[in-house]
Amino acid sequence: MKLSLKFTTLLAPVFALIVAFGLSTVMLYLIGEDPIETFKIMYDYGKTGKSIVSILNRSVPLYISAVAVAVGFKMGLFNIGVESQYLMGALLSAALGAAVALPSIVHISLIIFVAILTSALWAAIAGYLKVKKGVHEVISTIMLNYIGTGISAYLLANIFFEKVELSTTAPQTDLLPETARIPSLNGVLGIEDLPNLHGFIVGAVFVGILYYWIVWKTSLGFDLRATGSSPIAAKFSGANPGRLTILAMMISGGFAGLVGMAPLTGYFFKYTTDFPSGLGFAGITVALLGRNHPIGMAFGAILLSFLERSAQILDLYDVPKEIEKIMQAVIVLSVVVAYEVVKRYVTNKQIKEASKVVADG
Amino acid sequence: MVNFVKKYYLIILPVVFIVLIAQVDKYDQLTTSGTFGAAIRLAIPICLAGLGGMFSERTGIVNIGLEGMMIMGTWFGAWAAWMYGPWYGIMAGILGGAMFGLIHAVGTVTFQVDHIVSGVAINILAAGVARFLNVVAYADQPTKSSTQSPRIDGEVGDFTLPYLSGGADTPSLFGYLQDLDIPFISDLGGLLLGATSNLSYISIFALALIPLAAWILWSTPFGLQMRSVGELPTGSESLGVNVYLMKYIGVMISGGFAGLAGAYLVLESSGIYREGQTAGRGFIGLASMIFGNYRPLGIFMGSGLFGFADALQLRSDDAVHGLLILISLILLIFAIKQLIEKKYTNASISIALSIAFLIWFLSSENVPSEFVYFTPHITTLIVLSSASQKLRMPQKIGQPYRKGELN
Repeated sequence: MKLSLKFTTLLAPVFALIVAFGLSTVMLYLIGEDPIETFKIMYDYGKTGKSIVSILNRSVPLYISAVAVAVGFKMGLFNIGVESQYLMGALLSAALGAAVALPSIVHISLIIFVAILTSALWAAIAGYLKVKKGVHEVISTIMLNYIGTGISAYLLANIFFEKVELSTTAPQTDLLPETARIPSLNGVLGIEDLPNLHGFIVGAVFVGILYYWIVWKTSLGFDLRATGSSPIAAKFSGANPGRLTILAMMISGGFAGLVGMAPLTGYFFKYTTDFPSGLGFAGITVALLGRNHPIGMAFGAILLSFLERSAQILDLYDVPKEIEKIMQAVIVLSVVVAYEVVKRYVTNKQIKEASKVVADG
Repeated sequence: MVNFVKKYYLIILPVVFIVLIAQVDKYDQLTTSGTFGAAIRLAIPICLAGLGGMFSERTGIVNIGLEGMMIMGTWFGAWAAWMYGPWYGIMAGILGGAMFGLIHAVGTVTFQVDHIVSGVAINILAAGVARFLNVVAYADQPTKSSTQSPRIDGEVGDFTLPYLSGGADTPSLFGYLQDLDIPFISDLGGLLLGATSNLSYISIFALALIPLAAWILWSTPFGLQMRSVGELPTGSESLGVNVYLMKYIGVMISGGFAGLAGAYLVLESSGIYREGQTAGRGFIGLASMIFGNYRPLGIFMGSGLFGFADALQLRSDDAVHGLLILISLILLIFAIKQLIEKKYTNASISIALSIAFLIWFLSSENVPSEFVYFTPHITTLIVLSSASQKLRMPQKIGQPYRKGELN
C-alpha cells in the first residue's frame, strides 16, 4: 500500500508533463512550427555542458525561493511576497557588504545574516497584519511586493548610489570586495573548460536539509504542519496560532533572504536595477510542482531552469521562445489538478480497503 | 446627527481634513474636478474587478486569479480593439477573462484544487499566455515587441451632463461652483464635475453594471440560488439547485468582469497593451471587495478610495505630499480613540507614528516618486488593516463541495 501510494504520487508530475507537452505541441502546430523538431532543438541545446552548468546555476536561487514558499505552504500560509523580500534583503546586504572589510568567512556570513534578517523582518509585517488585523496574507504580501519594490528603488537610487552629474550609469551599489565573493566549484570538480559553476549550490543543498530538519524534525515544525492541516486540533494541542503565523512568515522570509545570495556573491557582486527579479514568483511554481518536498522541489527547479535555458536557442530558429512560459504555466496548473485527482483516488482506495477489512471482520 | 457623526467619524473626519488641506495652494489638486475625473476612471477597473470577485466569492469560490483574468482582458481587449475596434475589444476582453474563469472553475469546482493555489496558477498561466500571444499575434508588425501591442486607434465617444457639467455647450453649474472658491462647496463642485464630465460610453456601461450586479444577486431567483450556494451548498442541493453549475457561472461571470476591467484599462487609460499594466489592480479589486463587505455599493466606495489614491499618484506629486499630513491627523484620531479605550500601548504607537509623519511632512518638499508609485498599494494595506474585522463573508467560502457530501 505504502509503495503504491508513493508510485501514484509520482504519476501526477509525469501526467502534468505529458499535458504540458501535449498543449505546447498543439500551440506550436497552430503557429505553424514543427513541434517535434522544436523539442529536439531544445533538448539538444539543453544537454550541452555549458547548458548544464547554466541550468544548475539558475536552479539554485529558484530552489531556495521554492523552499521559502514551501515553509509557508506547510502551515497553510501563502507567502506571495518572496519577490520583494529577497530583493530587499539582497539590496541591504549588498550595500553593507561593500562598505565593510572583513576576513572572508566573516564577511560572507555577515552578508548572508543581514539578508536573512532584512527579508524575515519584511515578511513579518504580513504575519503581523494577519494575526492582529485579520488581513489575508495573500493580499498583504502582494501589496508589500509593490511597496518593497518602491522602497528598494528609492534606497538604491538615493541612499546607496551617488549620482554623478551627467553620468548615465544606472543606480547600483559598490562592488563587493574579493573577501565577500563565493568562489566557483570548477577547480574542485575539474571542469575548468566550462563556465563557472557557482559555489552557492552547496548553500542550496544545505537550505534543503535545513528546511527538512525544521519542518519534519523539530517540534516547531510539527506545530507548523499541525496548524496547517488542522488549525483547531493544533490549537487544542497547545500551539499558539498567532505566534506561529508570525514565526512561519519570518522563517519563510528568512529563506527568501537567501534567494538573492547566489547571484549576489556568485556573479553579480552588486545590486543594480537589473538584478535578477521574478525569482519569487517562479519559486511558487517550483513549490507547487515539487509538492513542498525538499527533493521534489529540487527536480522542479532543475526542470524549470532546463526549460528556460533550452528555450534560449529557439530565437535562432525563429520559434517564439515564449512557448516556454506557457509550458511552465501549464505544468503548474496540470500538476495541481493531477495531485488532487491522485489524492482522491488514493483516499477512495483506502476507504474501500478499510471498509473491506471491517466487513470481513 | 450626533449618532451619525459617532458612527461615521472615520469617514467624515478624513474628508474634512482633505478639504482643509486642499485649501493650501500647493495641495489644491487634492479636490479638483481633474483629480476626481481621473479617480473615477481609475476606480472603475478596480470596481469591476471587485464586482468580479464578489460574483465568485458569493458562490463560495475564492478568486485570487482575478489579476490573471484581468491580464487576459488587457491582452484580448487590446488585440480585438486593434483588429476590429474598441467595442469588439470590450467583448473580447470579457470573453478572455471568462475563459480563464472557466479554467479556474474546472480546477476548483470539478477537481477541488485549493482555491488559492488554483488562483495563483491562473495568474502564472495568464502572464505566460499573454506574453506568448503578444509575440505571435504581432509578429509581422513593424513595431513588434514581446511586451507591447501596437497603439489602438478609434474613439468610443464620451458624454458630459448638460446644464450641470456643461455638456453640449450648456452652462456648467458644477464648474461654476468649483470656481467659487468656497471651502466644501467648490470641492463638492469639483467632485461632481469630475464625476459627470467627459465620461466615455465604456465608463457609463461599466458604472451601469454596478446596480445591475446588485439587482441580479439580490432581486432575482437566479441570484438567490447563486448566493445560497456560497452559504449552504447542501441545503441548496436539496432544494434542487445545481450547485456545480451555479459555481461555474459565478466564477465565469467573475472572469468576465475582471476581463472587462482589463479591457477598460487598455481602452480608457493607455490606448495600448503593456505587460504588467494591471499592476496588481486585480488584487486591489479583491481588497475593495473585502473592504466593501461583498456588496456592490461597498465595493464601489472602496474602489473609489483606491482610485482616488491612484489618481493622486498619477496627477500630482504635491498632492501626495499633502497626504502625509492627512495620515498624521488620522493616526492622531486613532490615538485618541485608543486612549479613550485605555489601550495605552497602541495609543503610544499611533502617536509616535503620527509625529513621524508630521516630521516627514514638515521636513520635506515632496514625496520621492518611488514612494508616490505605491500610494494605492499602501492605502490598500492601511484600509484593510483598519477595517477588516467587521466583515460577514459567505459561510462556505473557500471550502470544497462535493455532490452528495454531508457537511
